[in-house]
Amino acid sequence: MVGFLIRRIGQALIVLFIVTVITLALVHLFPGGPVRALLGPKATAQQLAYYNQLYGFDKPFYVQYFKWIGQLLHGNLGFSDKLNQSVTSLMSQDLPKTIVLVLLGTLVSLLFGIPLGVYQAVRRYTIGDYALTAISFLGYATPTFFFGLLLVDWFAIQTHIFPPFAPQASSVWSILADPRALVLPVISYAFLLYALWSRYMRSSVMDNLVQDYVRTARAKGASERRVIWGHVFRNSLVSIVTLLGLSLPTLVAGAIFIEVVFNYPGMGLAFYTAALNVDYQVLLGFTVLATVATVVGNLLADVGYAILDPRVRYS
Amino acid sequence: MTDVTASAIHAAELGLAPAGKPRGPLRRAWEVFAENKLALAGLSFVVFIVAFCFIGPLIYHTNQVNTDLADYLCKPSGSHLLGCNDLGYDQLGRLMVGGQTSIEVGLAAAIASVFFGTLYGAISGFAGGIVDAIMMRVVDAGLSLPSLMVIIILSVIFHPSPAIMIFIIAVFYWFGVARLVRGETLTLRNREYVQAVKVIGGRQLRSVVRHIVPNAIGTIIVQATFAVADSILILSGLGFLGLGVSAPATDWGSMLSNGLTFIQGGNYWWLIYPPGIAIILTCIAFNFIGDALRDAFETRLQRR
Repeated sequence: MVGFLIRRIGQALIVLFIVTVITLALVHLFPGGPVRALLGPKATAQQLAYYNQLYGFDKPFYVQYFKWIGQLLHGNLGFSDKLNQSVTSLMSQDLPKTIVLVLLGTLVSLLFGIPLGVYQAVRRYTIGDYALTAISFLGYATPTFFFGLLLVDWFAIQTHIFPPFAPQASSVWSILADPRALVLPVISYAFLLYALWSRYMRSSVMDNLVQDYVRTARAKGASERRVIWGHVFRNSLVSIVTLLGLSLPTLVAGAIFIEVVFNYPGMGLAFYTAALNVDYQVLLGFTVLATVATVVGNLLADVGYAILDPRVRYS
Repeated sequence: MTDVTASAIHAAELGLAPAGKPRGPLRRAWEVFAENKLALAGLSFVVFIVAFCFIGPLIYHTNQVNTDLADYLCKPSGSHLLGCNDLGYDQLGRLMVGGQTSIEVGLAAAIASVFFGTLYGAISGFAGGIVDAIMMRVVDAGLSLPSLMVIIILSVIFHPSPAIMIFIIAVFYWFGVARLVRGETLTLRNREYVQAVKVIGGRQLRSVVRHIVPNAIGTIIVQATFAVADSILILSGLGFLGLGVSAPATDWGSMLSNGLTFIQGGNYWWLIYPPGIAIILTCIAFNFIGDALRDAFETRLQRR
């Protein structure tokens, strides 16, 4: 186990090195460099030179890289000149709201996706299975923003059941204080993920149903209910926990569209605004944070999986 | 083909295969595929939509370059079957032109990413050892990057034309393909026929191109099919964020997001539902095809 841990953490460190180099290199792709993006097309050569020196962009790439990493390790994600705010404070303001959206949406999608996926596998090739499959395919194929805006049209504009916008509040508590406004964003987000969990659960349970241990359980005389929920379901659940860890990028990315559609004041909306304003410090900080979170999430998922399933450690 | 026939006859002589017409793996896959009604429906729809977008404009002539404000948001009528948008472009004609972009970008991005991902994965898996370890860490890194965030950044940096769109989408899609093909290669690498090439002194590249890639073709084709649907979705998302192809060119996503700006102003259904439904149906069609192909190439399922 110790050997596995060392190997796996070493891999994660190498991956972190590669992604941070790529992310920092992205900034240099802006036409005319990051300082030009910051100062705009009217900046003079002197101004560009001054700010390039100030921010250290005149140094070789590796110097910039190590300086940047050093700052990151001190918790300094940069300073947005356009917002006159540090990226860290922007994040501490917006991240909790995104986490609320992602957690609620994931929870709702799991609540529907897991049981319905099991149902589909047990009653496979029946009308119910086909109907739910159709819904899953719709979930895969519908652009998130389109579904969100259709909900707005149906439930907020044509019938005034829910408000069309997310709560415009600065703190998490005031967002949670207005649950009606959260319904549409959370449903849109959950629909996006529902398809993923239910399809995965369906195929996972179907794979498990033909395993030897199921035959053994049946031969022992276990009831069908016990076979499904006591054996098959628990084994399928292990893999869905891993999938949950691995789909962190999808979770973060999916939130961007929902936040833009509902004007939900989270990280996705802040990122999108930064992209339109070419606010490279915010783009850089958010991207690097999402990436590190993904690498760490993958690492934890792998370690968790290795604890649950000893075979993984030796492969 | 002759090899396959010969070996099938040989097998028949030994009594291993049922008598009858010998069948190659591709033909067998096609038979399983054709039994699947959803897959045939998906394939028919793809053929239909491609014909609609690429042959349609030859029959249904519209002006998709010059705006005509006299037709501002006109209702569907005899002269404009699906009405017009806010610039007076005929909506049905626009659906065809936008579909051309969406399908071209989707297909090209899928082909580019699957081609590169396959080669990369096959070489990595075949090489093994330290080369494999390094090549796979690059893939891990690519898969850890939040693709949508970086795609948004890239779209802001390069004001996207369809060609750049293809590049941006493919840059992120090939990582997943590479990992999958590498896994497939690891199991194929130790098969006798690949070992035999090594023994008779064949070059390694030959093993990869002539033996490993063809045997992983099932996985690859299935991946490519899903990649088309995913690329069309990514493109439509960029269109919604205002980062898609710029006017007068358009794609379904840009059309949809343009129509959605009128959602509060009244019932302009012809601006919203046609492009939205076109995206959904095309993606579902490719997903049906992909699912059926997976069943068709999955020999484990065939034997059941």
